[in-house]
Amino acid sequence: MVSFNLLVAVALAYVAFLFLIAFAAERRAEQGRDAWMRSSTIYTLSLSIYCTAWTFYGAVGYAARSGLEYLTIYLGPTLVMVGWWWVLRKLVRIGRTHRITSIADLISSRFGKSTALGVIVTLLAVVGTTPYIALQLQSVTFSFSVFAEAAGREWQGTELTVAGLWVAAGLAIFTILFGTRNLDANERHHGIVIAIAVEAVVKLCALLAVGIFVVWGLAGGVRETLALIDASPIAAWKPSGSRWVALTFVSAAAIICLPRMFQVLVVENSDERHLGTASWAFPLYLFAMSLFVVPIAVVGLDRLPAGANPDLFVLTLPLAERREGLAMLSFLGGLSSATSMVIVATIALATMVSNHIVVPAWLSARSDGAMVSGDVRRVVVMARRLSILGVLALGYLYFRLSGGGAALAAIGLISFTGLVQVLPALIGGIFWRGATRWGAAAGLLTGFAVWAWTLFLPSFGEGNLMSATLMAQGPFGIGWLRPYGLLGLTTLDPVVHAILWSLLLNGAVFFLASILTFPTPLERLQGAQFVNVFEHSPGPRAWSTRSAGAEDLLVMSQRIIGASEAQALFQRAARRQGKEGYLPDVTPAFVEALERELSGSVGAATAHAMIGQITEGASVSVEDLIAVADEAAQIMEYSARLEEKSREQERTARALREANAKLTALSIQKDAFLSQISHELRTPMTSIRSFSELLRDGGIGPEGQARYAGIIHDEALRLTRLLDDLLDLAVLENGQVTLNRQEGRLSDLLDRAIAAAGAEGLAVRRNRAREAAVALETDLDRLAQVFINLIANVGKYCAAPRPELRIEVLEVGGRTAVDFIDNGSGIAPEDTELIFEKFSRLTDQGTAGGAGLGLAICREIMARLGGAIGYQPGRGGAAFRVTLPAREALAAE
Amino acid sequence: MSGAPRGPVFLARETYGRRRLRDLARMLPLFGAVLILLPLLRGADPAARTGGVLIYLFVLWALLVAVAALLSRRLADESPPRDGAD
Repeated sequence: MVSFNLLVAVALAYVAFLFLIAFAAERRAEQGRDAWMRSSTIYTLSLSIYCTAWTFYGAVGYAARSGLEYLTIYLGPTLVMVGWWWVLRKLVRIGRTHRITSIADLISSRFGKSTALGVIVTLLAVVGTTPYIALQLQSVTFSFSVFAEAAGREWQGTELTVAGLWVAAGLAIFTILFGTRNLDANERHHGIVIAIAVEAVVKLCALLAVGIFVVWGLAGGVRETLALIDASPIAAWKPSGSRWVALTFVSAAAIICLPRMFQVLVVENSDERHLGTASWAFPLYLFAMSLFVVPIAVVGLDRLPAGANPDLFVLTLPLAERREGLAMLSFLGGLSSATSMVIVATIALATMVSNHIVVPAWLSARSDGAMVSGDVRRVVVMARRLSILGVLALGYLYFRLSGGGAALAAIGLISFTGLVQVLPALIGGIFWRGATRWGAAAGLLTGFAVWAWTLFLPSFGEGNLMSATLMAQGPFGIGWLRPYGLLGLTTLDPVVHAILWSLLLNGAVFFLASILTFPTPLERLQGAQFVNVFEHSPGPRAWSTRSAGAEDLLVMSQRIIGASEAQALFQRAARRQGKEGYLPDVTPAFVEALERELSGSVGAATAHAMIGQITEGASVSVEDLIAVADEAAQIMEYSARLEEKSREQERTARALREANAKLTALSIQKDAFLSQISHELRTPMTSIRSFSELLRDGGIGPEGQARYAGIIHDEALRLTRLLDDLLDLAVLENGQVTLNRQEGRLSDLLDRAIAAAGAEGLAVRRNRAREAAVALETDLDRLAQVFINLIANVGKYCAAPRPELRIEVLEVGGRTAVDFIDNGSGIAPEDTELIFEKFSRLTDQGTAGGAGLGLAICREIMARLGGAIGYQPGRGGAAFRVTLPAREALAAE
Repeated sequence: MSGAPRGPVFLARETYGRRRLRDLARMLPLFGAVLILLPLLRGADPAARTGGVLIYLFVLWALLVAVAALLSRRLADESPPRDGAD
């Protein structure tokens, strides 16, 4: 006979062994040799926490009471796992992309990082999981009591509660030790995962061992076992359609919605491909766990005394058959099932409580926000440890309150139904962009309330929380509000009734509230990212970049993820930006990456709130947009100014080029001018010299002397005239001319000029009356010089047989102009530009005797007088227009 | 026919086949659900033996596991190859 002390010693040794394994795994993980821990086998085994003591002990009891119905609890999850391509794949991708830490975090993140939703889901999870934890405590204490009984000592109520307390305390220590070492939930709890994997193997082996012993050891083979089944009370079982469908559905939903399942399925997942392996391997595990349930139940019912608790057949059958070793293994299997579930569930709940309730409360309680001194990391870890204690204390309390009387299966179903209330918000959130936080909150609260009213509160037993009259007649005698008969549906099984109403109302309210409310921008953004997680690259969330200081962020991050980790993270980010040191530029990309990193430790909503306190502003605000626009405008203005500058420089350069070209041209002109001058001076000088030599040598008659002297005289005159002209031009060009202003009439001035020009044989046609009407007030001598030059030119250059000059007076643009038009051949258009240049005699006919300075002088004179002279093409012959100076202009000079 | 056209046709067929594999992966839970509900239909039948239903459900279960295993292997090949432990 196994002594009770030996049993306790074995249990303690087993727990110590788990400690060692967990410790070794943590050590290996720290050394980086943890690749094998992330294998798909470990992942699948860790999923086995779905099979708790409820499965290990309870399934047999369930089968003994309700036939094959227990299978629904395992067939539902099988369908979800086999259909991983639908939901699980998406959940895992979302969880990895957004660094989700719990199911509350997922719901909160999806609906715009709503803190309120996080709190609701957390509370729901705590309330829903508490009975389940109580169930585990109960099964472990029951199994102890079975051995105590076998050792000859009947346990009383106090001994049960004391044992329950010890179990709860031991679980708390283990969970705190291995569950709160890493703050970052995404860094995964290697020690715990390995311990759970070992426990998964132990419980499967134990149940299979008992099953094999029962089938081949007790029943005598498969055929005999089947015969026993047909002979047993189970054979009379007829499936209840509503329960079969409802329970399959609820357990299918539970594998996604249970906080602990979400923890191992999504949070602890290190590689999406593991999901593919788990999709068949986990159903296989469930298959193996369920395989011997009915045989054990049937043989137990057959062999054990009529009053024996079927929930403990797995233990009592080997004990009754005096197989102590097998019983011990079976005990360890039950212990494994209970402890692994409690540990993971507690970690999941503690993460949710600390991330969604404690830390936000702590942050808002401190008015100075996230920037104060004091370690947030310590606060988070403490919050998590306290939450673990709190959750286990609640479980123990429920265990005490419920008195440990209810059948295991009943408690499990109550828990499942409560936790499944997350389903509409979860599925709606990842498949429907229209889901809003109001819809999610309203649906969750409705489902929660209906579940509490129809299933949870009545579960404490009639007369405990709900009186018998209330149960029978409804509150205040309102019949249609009876907990087991909402709207008069009294014929349904209570569990089916609760599932139907809670999920129906939950889903309907969720949907209606979602389509009636409008989501916030952040909600819509997150919604799009969650629903289209496979198409979207992560993270179009934008932070305002300017207000957050890298140093502030570093200070805050150090307190959440630890000094060295935060510094390494910042250094990496800085290096990626090509900077040295620990402070990268606070780009939106960096802030977003940092937020993700932090959300792995404290949850998305909290991380967002903390960064928000530093960066000021939950997302891109209108001010940010304006600031961005301002910046853009400044840049545009600056570039416009640059362009203007470069245009100006271009203009200057062009002006310089032009000036340079002009200077070059001038220098060429000067050279040409000098050579012309010397040529013009040399021609008369040459004739003067040669004729004066002839005179000096003598031998020339008086007639010849007179002729030669005449030539010398003419040439000297010409020379003088040339020099006069040059002098005149130089004076005019230098602006040193002094104007001698007189008054007179145009007719008189023209008379004088015609007389002075001495153009014999030139017919001049004039309108003297018109001319006499023009009064002049200018330097009349200079103006006369211009007229004389023009008239003389006609005499010199007009090629007509009978040269004729027309002088016309006309008004042009408010000013008086005088046209001089001859009847010659005129000037070729290409030469009209040249005639006013110095030494520009077009055709040197010799007789002309001019140096080509006349028109140049005329132009200078007219410019000085304030008038103008120009050539008029197309007037029959050569035509010059002299625009007379305005009287005012002259007066003003 | 041989030569050039064969390559693309082969590839297209492969892609097409993978698409249908995914469809099968999606439909598998629905088939499973319907088959799991089948015992309900014979619920009222007095001739229905519990043992028979038990065997039916476990065989169905084993089939689901086998098909899922095949599918997951084929679908895993399809995802971009990354070296890992498994």
